[in-house]
Amino acid sequence: MNLLLSAAASDNLLLQAVNIFIKYKSLFWYGVKITLLISLTGTVIGLLVGLVVGGLRAMEIEPRDPAPVKLFKKLWAVLSTIYVEFFRGTPMIVQAVFMYYGLKPMLHWEPIPAAIFIISINTGSYMAEIIRAGIQSVDKGQIEAARSIGMTSIQTMRYVVMPQAIKNSFPSIGNEFVVNIKDSSVLNAISVTELYFQSNSIAGSIFKFKETFLVTCFIYLILTFTTTRILYYIEKRLRMPRSSFPASQTVNEVNHL
Amino acid sequence: MENIITIKNLKKSFGSLDVLRDVQFSVGKNEVITLIGSSGSGKSTLLRCINLLEVPDSGEILFHEQNILEGSIDVNKHRSAVGMVFQSFNLFSNMTVLNNCMIGQLKVLGRDKESSQKKAMDFLTKVGMDKFAHSYPDQLSGGQKQRVAIARALCMDPEVLLFDEPTSALDPEMVGDVLDVMKTLANEGLTMIVVTHEMGFARDVSTRVVFMDKGVIVEEGPPSQIFTNPQQPRTKEFLSRYLG
Ligand SMILES: Nc1ncnc2c1ncn2[C@@H]1O[C@H](COP(=O)(O)OP(=O)(O)O)[C@@H](O)[C@H]1O
Ligand SMILES: [Mg+2]
Repeated sequence: MNLLLSAAASDNLLLQAVNIFIKYKSLFWYGVKITLLISLTGTVIGLLVGLVVGGLRAMEIEPRDPAPVKLFKKLWAVLSTIYVEFFRGTPMIVQAVFMYYGLKPMLHWEPIPAAIFIISINTGSYMAEIIRAGIQSVDKGQIEAARSIGMTSIQTMRYVVMPQAIKNSFPSIGNEFVVNIKDSSVLNAISVTELYFQSNSIAGSIFKFKETFLVTCFIYLILTFTTTRILYYIEKRLRMPRSSFPASQTVNEVNHL
Repeated sequence: MENIITIKNLKKSFGSLDVLRDVQFSVGKNEVITLIGSSGSGKSTLLRCINLLEVPDSGEILFHEQNILEGSIDVNKHRSAVGMVFQSFNLFSNMTVLNNCMIGQLKVLGRDKESSQKKAMDFLTKVGMDKFAHSYPDQLSGGQKQRVAIARALCMDPEVLLFDEPTSALDPEMVGDVLDVMKTLANEGLTMIVVTHEMGFARDVSTRVVFMDKGVIVEEGPPSQIFTNPQQPRTKEFLSRYLG
Protein backbone atom coordinates (compact mmCIF):
# COMPACT_ATOMS: atom_id res chain seq x y z
CA MET A 1 0.00 0.00 0.00
CA ASN A 2 2.73 2.46 0.98
CA LEU A 3 4.70 1.46 -2.04
CA LEU A 4 1.71 2.03 -4.24
CA LEU A 5 1.17 5.54 -2.89
CA SER A 6 4.74 6.67 -3.33
CA ALA A 7 4.89 5.18 -6.80
CA ALA A 8 1.79 7.07 -7.79
CA ALA A 9 3.03 10.25 -6.13
CA SER A 10 5.55 11.12 -8.79
CA ASP A 11 2.91 11.52 -11.45
CA ASN A 12 -0.18 12.26 -9.35
CA LEU A 13 -0.78 16.01 -9.34
CA LEU A 14 -2.95 15.92 -6.30
CA LEU A 15 -0.52 13.98 -4.16
CA GLN A 16 2.36 16.18 -5.19
CA ALA A 17 0.30 19.19 -4.24
CA VAL A 18 -0.39 17.66 -0.84
CA ASN A 19 3.32 17.06 -0.35
CA ILE A 20 4.15 20.61 -1.31
CA PHE A 21 1.52 21.90 1.06
CA ILE A 22 2.89 19.83 3.95
CA LYS A 23 6.44 20.81 3.26
CA TYR A 24 5.84 24.53 2.79
CA LYS A 25 2.86 25.07 5.02
CA SER A 26 4.50 27.77 7.12
CA LEU A 27 5.32 29.75 3.97
CA PHE A 28 1.76 29.39 2.70
CA TRP A 29 0.43 30.26 6.12
CA TYR A 30 2.51 33.42 6.19
CA GLY A 31 1.05 34.38 2.81
CA VAL A 32 -2.48 33.70 4.03
CA LYS A 33 -1.93 35.95 7.03
CA ILE A 34 -0.68 38.81 4.88
CA THR A 35 -3.52 38.32 2.37
CA LEU A 36 -6.11 38.42 5.15
CA LEU A 37 -4.42 41.34 6.86
CA ILE A 38 -4.31 43.57 3.82
CA SER A 39 -7.69 42.57 2.42
CA LEU A 40 -9.52 42.91 5.73
CA THR A 41 -7.98 46.22 6.80
CA GLY A 42 -8.28 47.48 3.22
CA THR A 43 -11.97 46.61 3.16
CA VAL A 44 -12.70 48.20 6.55
CA ILE A 45 -10.81 51.41 5.78
CA GLY A 46 -12.31 51.39 2.28
CA LEU A 47 -15.78 51.18 3.84
CA LEU A 48 -15.03 54.18 6.05
CA VAL A 49 -13.78 56.12 3.03
CA GLY A 50 -16.90 55.07 1.14
CA LEU A 51 -19.19 56.17 3.96
CA VAL A 52 -17.72 59.65 3.98
CA VAL A 53 -17.37 60.06 0.22
CA GLY A 54 -20.67 58.39 -0.68
CA GLY A 55 -22.56 59.91 2.25
CA LEU A 56 -21.52 63.45 1.39
CA ARG A 57 -22.10 62.79 -2.30
CA ALA A 58 -25.71 61.82 -1.53
CA MET A 59 -26.45 65.07 0.30
CA GLU A 60 -28.16 67.16 -2.33
CA ILE A 61 -27.86 70.90 -2.47
CA GLU A 62 -30.83 72.51 -0.74
CA PRO A 63 -32.18 75.92 -1.66
CA ARG A 64 -31.76 77.07 1.94
CA ASP A 65 -28.11 76.03 2.27
CA PRO A 66 -25.79 78.93 3.04
CA ALA A 67 -23.38 79.80 0.22
CA PRO A 68 -20.27 78.10 1.71
CA VAL A 69 -22.22 74.87 2.19
CA LYS A 70 -23.43 75.00 -1.40
CA LEU A 71 -19.88 75.59 -2.61
CA PHE A 72 -18.56 72.71 -0.50
CA LYS A 73 -21.21 70.33 -1.80
CA LYS A 74 -20.47 71.31 -5.42
CA LEU A 75 -16.73 70.94 -4.93
CA TRP A 76 -17.21 67.61 -3.20
CA ALA A 77 -19.36 66.36 -6.06
CA VAL A 78 -16.63 67.16 -8.58
CA LEU A 79 -13.71 65.82 -6.55
CA SER A 80 -15.50 62.64 -5.53
CA THR A 81 -16.48 61.95 -9.13
CA ILE A 82 -12.86 62.27 -10.21
CA TYR A 83 -11.80 59.97 -7.38
CA VAL A 84 -14.43 57.33 -8.08
CA GLU A 85 -13.92 57.35 -11.84
CA PHE A 86 -10.14 57.18 -11.59
CA PHE A 87 -9.96 54.29 -9.13
CA ARG A 88 -12.75 52.27 -10.69
CA GLY A 89 -11.50 52.94 -14.19
CA THR A 90 -7.90 51.78 -13.82
CA PRO A 91 -6.52 48.37 -12.78
CA MET A 92 -5.46 48.08 -9.15
CA ILE A 93 -2.10 46.64 -10.22
CA VAL A 94 -1.38 49.84 -12.16
CA GLN A 95 -2.51 51.99 -9.23
CA ALA A 96 -0.30 49.93 -6.93
CA VAL A 97 2.88 50.27 -8.95
CA PHE A 98 2.24 53.94 -9.72
CA MET A 99 1.51 54.97 -6.15
CA TYR A 100 4.03 52.73 -4.43
CA TYR A 101 6.95 54.00 -6.44
CA GLY A 102 5.45 57.45 -6.93
CA LEU A 103 5.09 58.13 -3.22
CA LYS A 104 8.12 56.18 -2.04
CA PRO A 105 10.54 59.14 -2.14
CA MET A 106 8.18 61.06 0.15
CA LEU A 107 6.82 58.33 2.42
CA HIS A 108 9.69 55.84 2.41
CA TRP A 109 7.10 53.14 2.91
CA GLU A 110 7.27 49.38 3.12
CA PRO A 111 5.20 47.17 0.80
CA ILE A 112 2.63 46.16 3.43
CA PRO A 113 1.51 49.62 4.55
CA ALA A 114 1.54 50.62 0.89
CA ALA A 115 -0.64 47.63 0.06
CA ILE A 116 -3.14 48.52 2.77
CA PHE A 117 -3.23 52.09 1.54
CA ILE A 118 -3.79 51.03 -2.06
CA ILE A 119 -6.51 48.49 -1.30
CA SER A 120 -8.24 50.97 0.99
CA ILE A 121 -8.31 53.78 -1.50
CA ASN A 122 -9.28 51.45 -4.33
CA THR A 123 -12.03 49.79 -2.31
CA GLY A 124 -13.18 53.21 -1.10
CA SER A 125 -14.08 54.17 -4.65
CA TYR A 126 -16.31 51.11 -5.01
CA MET A 127 -17.75 51.52 -1.52
CA ALA A 128 -18.63 55.15 -2.24
CA GLU A 129 -20.87 54.02 -5.06
CA ILE A 130 -22.29 51.12 -3.05
CA ILE A 131 -23.14 53.46 -0.18
CA ARG A 132 -24.60 56.04 -2.51
CA ALA A 133 -26.85 53.42 -4.09
CA GLY A 134 -27.76 52.16 -0.61
CA ILE A 135 -28.70 55.67 0.45
CA GLN A 136 -30.84 56.12 -2.64
CA SER A 137 -32.65 52.89 -1.85
CA VAL A 138 -33.85 54.27 1.50
CA ASP A 139 -37.52 55.24 1.38
CA LYS A 140 -37.87 59.02 0.96
CA GLY A 141 -40.60 58.93 3.61
CA GLN A 142 -37.95 58.05 6.21
CA ILE A 143 -36.08 61.23 5.39
CA GLU A 144 -39.23 63.33 5.48
CA ALA A 145 -40.19 61.92 8.85
CA ALA A 146 -36.76 62.73 10.25
CA ARG A 147 -36.83 66.26 8.87
CA SER A 148 -40.40 66.75 10.11
CA ILE A 149 -39.34 66.27 13.73
CA GLY A 150 -36.58 68.80 13.22
CA MET A 151 -33.53 66.65 12.64
CA THR A 152 -30.79 68.35 10.61
CA SER A 153 -29.66 66.79 7.36
CA ILE A 154 -26.53 65.49 9.07
CA GLN A 155 -28.54 63.93 11.92
CA THR A 156 -30.96 62.41 9.42
CA MET A 157 -28.04 60.90 7.55
CA ARG A 158 -26.34 59.62 10.69
CA TYR A 159 -29.29 58.16 12.60
CA VAL A 160 -31.84 57.22 9.95
CA VAL A 161 -30.42 56.96 6.46
CA MET A 162 -26.94 55.51 6.99
CA PRO A 163 -27.96 52.58 9.20
CA GLN A 164 -30.57 51.55 6.65
CA ALA A 165 -28.26 52.17 3.71
CA ILE A 166 -25.54 50.01 5.27
CA LYS A 167 -28.00 47.25 5.98
CA ASN A 168 -29.44 47.42 2.45
CA SER A 169 -26.02 47.29 0.87
CA PHE A 170 -24.47 44.76 3.23
CA PRO A 171 -24.28 42.04 0.54
CA SER A 172 -22.33 44.37 -1.77
CA ILE A 173 -20.10 45.54 1.06
CA GLY A 174 -19.31 41.93 1.98
CA ASN A 175 -18.67 41.12 -1.64
CA GLU A 176 -15.94 43.76 -1.72
CA PHE A 177 -14.13 41.83 1.01
CA VAL A 178 -14.30 38.61 -1.00
CA VAL A 179 -13.07 40.44 -4.09
CA ASN A 180 -10.20 41.89 -2.07
CA ILE A 181 -9.11 38.50 -0.79
CA LYS A 182 -8.63 37.48 -4.41
CA ASP A 183 -7.52 40.74 -5.95
CA SER A 184 -4.93 41.52 -3.31
CA SER A 185 -2.85 39.00 -5.24
CA VAL A 186 -1.96 41.74 -7.73
CA LEU A 187 0.02 43.42 -4.97
CA ASN A 188 2.79 40.90 -5.54
CA ALA A 189 3.76 43.48 -8.15
CA ILE A 190 5.11 45.65 -5.34
CA SER A 191 6.61 42.65 -3.51
CA VAL A 192 3.96 42.27 -0.86
CA THR A 193 4.49 38.80 0.60
CA GLU A 194 0.86 37.77 0.31
CA LEU A 195 -0.39 34.35 -0.75
CA TYR A 196 0.31 34.67 -4.47
CA PHE A 197 3.79 36.08 -3.88
CA GLN A 198 4.60 33.27 -1.44
CA SER A 199 3.28 30.63 -3.85
CA ASN A 200 5.35 32.07 -6.63
CA SER A 201 8.48 31.90 -4.48
CA ILE A 202 7.81 28.30 -3.50
CA ALA A 203 7.01 27.25 -7.05
CA GLY A 204 10.09 29.03 -8.39
CA SER A 205 12.41 27.36 -5.91
CA ILE A 206 11.22 23.84 -6.74
CA PHE A 207 10.16 24.42 -10.36
CA LYS A 208 6.71 22.98 -9.77
CA PHE A 209 4.26 25.68 -10.78
CA LYS A 210 1.29 23.49 -11.62
CA GLU A 211 1.41 21.61 -8.33
CA THR A 212 2.12 24.63 -6.14
CA PHE A 213 -0.61 26.72 -7.64
CA LEU A 214 -3.09 23.92 -7.22
CA VAL A 215 -2.48 24.33 -3.49
CA THR A 216 -2.83 28.08 -3.85
CA CYS A 217 -6.16 27.62 -5.64
CA PHE A 218 -7.47 25.52 -2.80
CA ILE A 219 -6.35 27.97 -0.16
CA TYR A 220 -8.00 30.90 -1.92
CA LEU A 221 -11.14 28.83 -2.35
CA ILE A 222 -11.25 27.98 1.35
CA LEU A 223 -10.73 31.62 2.27
CA THR A 224 -13.45 32.94 -0.02
CA PHE A 225 -15.87 30.12 0.74
CA THR A 226 -15.55 30.56 4.50
CA THR A 227 -15.85 34.32 4.20
CA THR A 228 -18.96 34.02 2.04
CA ARG A 229 -20.62 31.70 4.56
CA ILE A 230 -19.84 34.05 7.44
CA LEU A 231 -21.23 36.97 5.45
CA TYR A 232 -24.41 35.03 4.64
CA TYR A 233 -24.85 34.31 8.31
CA ILE A 234 -24.46 37.97 9.29
CA GLU A 235 -26.79 39.00 6.49
CA LYS A 236 -29.46 36.65 7.77
CA ARG A 237 -29.08 38.03 11.27
CA LEU A 238 -29.40 41.58 9.99
CA ARG A 239 -32.67 40.89 8.27
CA MET A 240 -35.61 41.81 10.46
CA PRO A 241 -38.73 39.69 10.58
CA ARG A 242 -41.12 40.94 7.93
CA SER A 243 -44.80 41.25 8.55
CA SER A 244 -47.45 40.75 5.90
CA PHE A 245 -48.54 44.37 5.95
CA PRO A 246 -47.78 46.57 2.99
CA ALA A 247 -44.57 48.50 3.15
CA SER A 248 -44.88 52.24 3.32
CA GLN A 249 -45.99 53.87 0.14
CA THR A 250 -43.73 56.00 -1.92
CA VAL A 251 -43.95 59.64 -1.11
CA ASN A 252 -43.34 62.46 -3.56
CA GLU A 253 -39.66 62.94 -4.05
CA VAL A 254 -38.32 65.71 -1.91
CA ASN A 255 -35.11 67.62 -2.28
CA HIS A 256 -34.05 67.84 1.29
CA LEU A 257 -30.96 66.16 2.62
CA MET B 1 -58.74 83.99 19.53
CA GLU B 2 -54.96 83.71 19.37
CA ASN B 3 -53.77 82.45 15.99
CA ILE B 4 -50.97 79.93 15.90
CA ILE B 5 -50.74 79.92 12.13
CA THR B 6 -51.76 82.59 9.65
CA ILE B 7 -51.28 81.96 5.96
CA LYS B 8 -51.44 84.81 3.46
CA ASN B 9 -51.42 84.69 -0.34
CA LEU B 10 -49.63 81.38 -0.39
CA LYS B 11 -48.60 80.15 -3.83
CA LYS B 12 -46.76 77.05 -4.89
CA SER B 13 -46.28 75.49 -8.29
CA PHE B 14 -44.43 72.44 -9.52
CA GLY B 15 -43.16 73.41 -12.96
CA SER B 16 -46.18 74.64 -14.85
CA LEU B 17 -48.63 73.09 -12.41
CA ASP B 18 -50.10 75.62 -9.98
CA VAL B 19 -50.82 73.52 -6.93
CA LEU B 20 -51.56 76.29 -4.43
CA ARG B 21 -53.12 79.41 -5.87
CA ASP B 22 -53.45 82.18 -3.36
CA VAL B 23 -54.36 80.33 -0.18
CA GLN B 24 -55.49 82.35 2.87
CA PHE B 25 -56.01 80.47 6.04
CA SER B 26 -55.58 80.70 9.77
CA VAL B 27 -55.48 78.31 12.67
CA GLY B 28 -56.33 79.29 16.22
CA LYS B 29 -55.14 77.63 19.39
CA ASN B 30 -57.03 74.42 20.26
CA GLU B 31 -58.73 74.30 16.89
CA VAL B 32 -59.23 70.99 15.13
CA ILE B 33 -59.40 71.68 11.45
CA THR B 34 -60.25 69.11 8.85
CA LEU B 35 -59.06 69.79 5.35
CA ILE B 36 -61.19 68.05 2.75
CA GLY B 37 -61.16 68.02 -1.01
CA SER B 38 -60.64 65.68 -3.91
CA SER B 39 -57.30 64.15 -4.71
CA GLY B 40 -54.83 66.55 -6.32
CA SER B 41 -56.45 69.67 -4.90
CA GLY B 42 -53.28 70.62 -2.99
CA LYS B 43 -54.10 69.51 0.55
CA SER B 44 -50.85 67.66 1.15
CA THR B 45 -48.84 70.46 -0.39
CA LEU B 46 -50.46 72.96 1.97
CA LEU B 47 -49.59 70.82 5.01
CA ARG B 48 -46.07 70.27 3.75
CA CYS B 49 -45.60 74.02 3.32
CA ILE B 50 -46.65 74.56 6.92
CA ASN B 51 -43.77 72.51 8.24
CA LEU B 52 -41.47 73.53 5.41
CA LEU B 53 -41.05 70.14 3.81
CA GLU B 54 -42.06 72.15 0.76
CA VAL B 55 -40.89 75.71 0.16
CA PRO B 56 -43.68 77.94 -1.19
CA ASP B 57 -43.04 80.25 -4.14
CA SER B 58 -44.60 83.29 -2.53
CA GLY B 59 -46.85 84.45 0.29
CA GLU B 60 -46.47 84.35 4.03
CA ILE B 61 -46.80 81.71 6.69
CA LEU B 62 -46.90 83.33 10.10
CA PHE B 63 -46.22 81.11 13.06
CA HIS B 64 -47.01 83.19 16.14
CA GLU B 65 -46.61 86.38 14.09
CA GLN B 66 -43.19 85.28 12.82
CA ASN B 67 -42.94 84.66 9.07
CA ILE B 68 -41.30 81.26 8.73
CA LEU B 69 -40.47 81.92 5.08
CA GLU B 70 -37.89 84.50 6.10
CA GLY B 71 -34.35 83.31 5.68
CA SER B 72 -33.43 84.04 9.27
CA ILE B 73 -35.67 81.49 10.98
CA ASP B 74 -34.38 78.17 12.29
CA VAL B 75 -36.13 75.64 10.05
CA ASN B 76 -35.40 72.65 12.27
CA LYS B 77 -36.65 74.41 15.36
CA HIS B 78 -39.85 75.30 13.55
CA ARG B 79 -40.34 71.74 12.34
CA SER B 80 -39.95 70.35 15.82
CA ALA B 81 -42.81 72.61 16.95
CA VAL B 82 -45.06 71.45 14.12
CA GLY B 83 -45.55 67.71 14.15
CA MET B 84 -46.48 65.70 11.09
CA VAL B 85 -48.21 62.35 10.78
CA PHE B 86 -47.96 60.77 7.35
CA GLN B 87 -50.27 58.53 5.39
CA SER B 88 -47.49 55.97 5.05
CA PHE B 89 -46.45 56.19 8.75
CA ASN B 90 -42.74 56.54 7.98
CA LEU B 91 -41.56 55.05 11.25
CA PHE B 92 -37.78 54.75 11.29
CA SER B 93 -37.40 51.13 10.31
CA ASN B 94 -33.93 50.78 11.86
CA MET B 95 -35.20 51.69 15.35
CA THR B 96 -37.47 50.14 17.91
CA VAL B 97 -40.80 51.76 18.68
CA LEU B 98 -39.28 53.29 21.80
CA ASN B 99 -36.29 54.69 19.96
CA ASN B 100 -38.59 56.11 17.29
CA CYS B 101 -40.17 58.11 20.07
CA MET B 102 -36.88 59.07 21.75
CA ILE B 103 -34.55 60.03 18.93
CA GLY B 104 -36.09 63.45 18.29
CA GLN B 105 -36.20 64.28 21.98
CA LEU B 106 -32.55 63.32 22.39
CA LYS B 107 -31.08 64.82 19.24
CA VAL B 108 -33.35 67.74 18.46
CA LEU B 109 -34.64 68.89 21.83
CA GLY B 110 -31.53 67.85 23.75
CA ARG B 111 -33.48 66.12 26.51
CA ASP B 112 -31.72 63.55 28.65
CA LYS B 113 -32.24 59.85 28.16
CA GLU B 114 -34.30 59.29 31.26
CA SER B 115 -36.89 61.98 30.66
CA SER B 116 -37.08 61.13 26.96
CA GLN B 117 -37.80 57.53 27.78
CA LYS B 118 -40.41 58.47 30.34
CA LYS B 119 -42.19 60.77 27.92
CA ALA B 120 -42.01 58.18 25.16
CA MET B 121 -43.53 55.52 27.40
CA ASP B 122 -46.26 57.91 28.54
CA PHE B 123 -47.34 58.66 25.01
CA LEU B 124 -47.01 55.06 23.90
CA THR B 125 -49.30 54.13 26.75
CA LYS B 126 -51.69 56.82 25.68
CA VAL B 127 -51.95 55.39 22.15
CA GLY B 128 -52.08 51.85 23.51
CA MET B 129 -48.70 50.81 22.15
CA ASP B 130 -46.58 50.60 25.31
CA LYS B 131 -46.45 46.81 25.08
CA PHE B 132 -44.69 47.15 21.74
CA ALA B 133 -41.96 49.50 22.94
CA HIS B 134 -39.22 47.06 21.99
CA SER B 135 -40.72 45.88 18.70
CA TYR B 136 -39.50 47.05 15.32
CA PRO B 137 -41.89 48.75 12.91
CA ASP B 138 -41.79 45.73 10.59
CA GLN B 139 -43.47 43.68 13.29
CA LEU B 140 -46.48 45.98 13.58
CA SER B 141 -49.74 46.29 11.68
CA GLY B 142 -50.57 49.50 9.85
CA GLY B 143 -52.87 50.75 12.58
CA GLN B 144 -50.23 50.06 15.23
CA LYS B 145 -47.59 51.84 13.19
CA GLN B 146 -49.77 54.88 12.81
CA ARG B 147 -50.44 55.04 16.53
CA VAL B 148 -46.70 54.90 17.18
CA ALA B 149 -46.20 57.63 14.59
CA ILE B 150 -48.67 59.79 16.51
CA ALA B 151 -46.83 59.08 19.76
CA ARG B 152 -43.53 59.95 18.10
CA ALA B 153 -44.94 63.30 17.00
CA LEU B 154 -46.45 63.99 20.44
CA CYS B 155 -43.12 63.35 22.17
CA MET B 156 -41.81 66.54 20.59
CA ASP B 157 -44.52 68.54 22.41
CA PRO B 158 -45.66 70.16 19.19
CA GLU B 159 -47.86 73.24 19.25
CA VAL B 160 -49.76 71.96 16.28
CA LEU B 161 -49.97 68.51 14.76
CA LEU B 162 -50.53 67.99 11.04
CA PHE B 163 -52.13 64.76 9.81
CA ASP B 164 -51.99 63.87 6.13
CA GLU B 165 -54.63 61.22 5.48
CA PRO B 166 -53.59 59.24 8.55
CA THR B 167 -56.08 56.44 7.95
CA SER B 168 -56.03 56.16 4.16
CA ALA B 169 -53.41 53.41 4.04
CA LEU B 170 -55.07 51.32 6.74
CA ASP B 171 -57.18 48.22 6.55
CA PRO B 172 -60.77 49.20 7.43
CA GLU B 173 -60.75 47.39 10.77
CA MET B 174 -57.83 49.48 11.99
CA VAL B 175 -59.16 52.88 11.07
CA GLY B 176 -61.24 53.10 14.25
CA ASP B 177 -58.27 52.68 16.62
CA VAL B 178 -56.38 55.51 14.99
CA LEU B 179 -59.42 57.80 14.83
CA ASP B 180 -60.08 57.12 18.52
CA VAL B 181 -56.59 58.30 19.41
CA MET B 182 -57.08 61.42 17.32
CA LYS B 183 -60.42 62.09 18.97
CA THR B 184 -58.84 61.88 22.41
CA LEU B 185 -56.16 64.36 21.38
CA ALA B 186 -58.77 66.70 19.94
CA ASN B 187 -60.79 66.59 23.15
CA GLU B 188 -57.66 67.41 25.15
CA GLY B 189 -57.27 70.60 23.18
CA LEU B 190 -54.37 69.73 20.89
CA THR B 191 -54.31 72.01 17.86
CA MET B 192 -54.65 69.81 14.80
CA ILE B 193 -54.97 70.12 11.04
CA VAL B 194 -56.23 66.88 9.56
CA VAL B 195 -56.44 66.05 5.88
CA THR B 196 -58.95 63.25 5.71
CA HIS B 197 -61.66 61.53 3.75
CA GLU B 198 -63.29 60.35 6.99
CA MET B 199 -66.35 62.56 6.88
CA GLY B 200 -67.60 61.21 10.19
CA PHE B 201 -64.46 62.50 11.89
CA ALA B 202 -64.78 65.83 10.11
CA ARG B 203 -68.38 66.21 11.20
CA ASP B 204 -68.10 64.97 14.77
CA VAL B 205 -64.65 66.00 15.91
CA SER B 206 -63.47 69.05 14.02
CA THR B 207 -64.19 72.60 15.02
CA ARG B 208 -63.84 73.83 11.45
CA VAL B 209 -64.00 72.23 8.04
CA VAL B 210 -62.00 73.63 5.16
CA PHE B 211 -62.84 72.57 1.64
CA MET B 212 -60.09 72.89 -0.96
CA ASP B 213 -60.39 72.55 -4.68
CA LYS B 214 -57.81 73.15 -7.41
CA GLY B 215 -55.37 74.95 -5.14
CA VAL B 216 -57.76 77.35 -3.44
CA ILE B 217 -59.90 77.25 -0.34
CA VAL B 218 -63.42 77.28 -1.67
CA GLU B 219 -65.35 77.30 1.56
CA GLU B 220 -64.80 76.94 5.27
CA GLY B 221 -66.92 76.92 8.37
CA PRO B 222 -68.10 74.87 11.30
CA PRO B 223 -69.00 71.29 10.36
CA SER B 224 -72.70 71.87 10.96
CA GLN B 225 -72.69 74.56 8.31
CA ILE B 226 -70.49 72.82 5.75
CA PHE B 227 -72.26 69.49 5.98
CA THR B 228 -75.85 70.65 6.20
CA ASN B 229 -75.81 73.94 4.39
CA PRO B 230 -72.83 74.34 2.02
CA GLN B 231 -72.88 77.59 0.07
CA GLN B 232 -70.64 76.85 -2.88
CA PRO B 233 -71.69 74.61 -5.78
CA ARG B 234 -68.28 72.90 -5.78
CA THR B 235 -68.61 72.05 -2.09
CA LYS B 236 -72.09 70.66 -2.64
CA GLU B 237 -70.91 68.58 -5.54
CA PHE B 238 -67.94 67.19 -3.57
CA LEU B 239 -70.02 66.37 -0.51
CA SER B 240 -72.76 64.71 -2.51
CA ARG B 241 -70.14 62.30 -3.81
CA TYR B 242 -68.93 61.50 -0.30
CA LEU B 243 -72.11 61.55 1.70
CA GLY B 244 -74.35 60.03 -0.97
N1 LIG C 1 -43.02 67.15 -5.53
C1 LIG C 1 -43.94 67.29 -6.52
N2 LIG C 1 -43.54 67.44 -7.80
C2 LIG C 1 -44.44 67.60 -8.80
N3 LIG C 1 -45.76 67.61 -8.62
C3 LIG C 1 -46.23 67.45 -7.37
C4 LIG C 1 -45.35 67.30 -6.26
N4 LIG C 1 -46.10 67.16 -5.14
C5 LIG C 1 -47.39 67.25 -5.55
N5 LIG C 1 -47.47 67.42 -6.87
C6 LIG C 1 -48.70 67.59 -7.65
O1 LIG C 1 -49.45 68.61 -7.05
C7 LIG C 1 -50.82 68.34 -7.09
C8 LIG C 1 -51.41 68.45 -5.72
O2 LIG C 1 -50.88 67.46 -4.92
P1 LIG C 1 -51.23 67.23 -3.40
O3 LIG C 1 -50.91 68.45 -2.65
O4 LIG C 1 -50.57 65.98 -3.01
O5 LIG C 1 -52.81 67.05 -3.47
P2 LIG C 1 -53.76 66.28 -2.47
O6 LIG C 1 -53.01 65.99 -1.23
O7 LIG C 1 -54.91 67.20 -2.27
O8 LIG C 1 -54.19 65.04 -3.16
C9 LIG C 1 -50.97 66.96 -7.71
O9 LIG C 1 -51.32 67.11 -9.06
C10 LIG C 1 -49.60 66.38 -7.57
O10 LIG C 1 -49.33 65.48 -8.61
MG1 LIG D 1 -52.49 64.16 -0.37
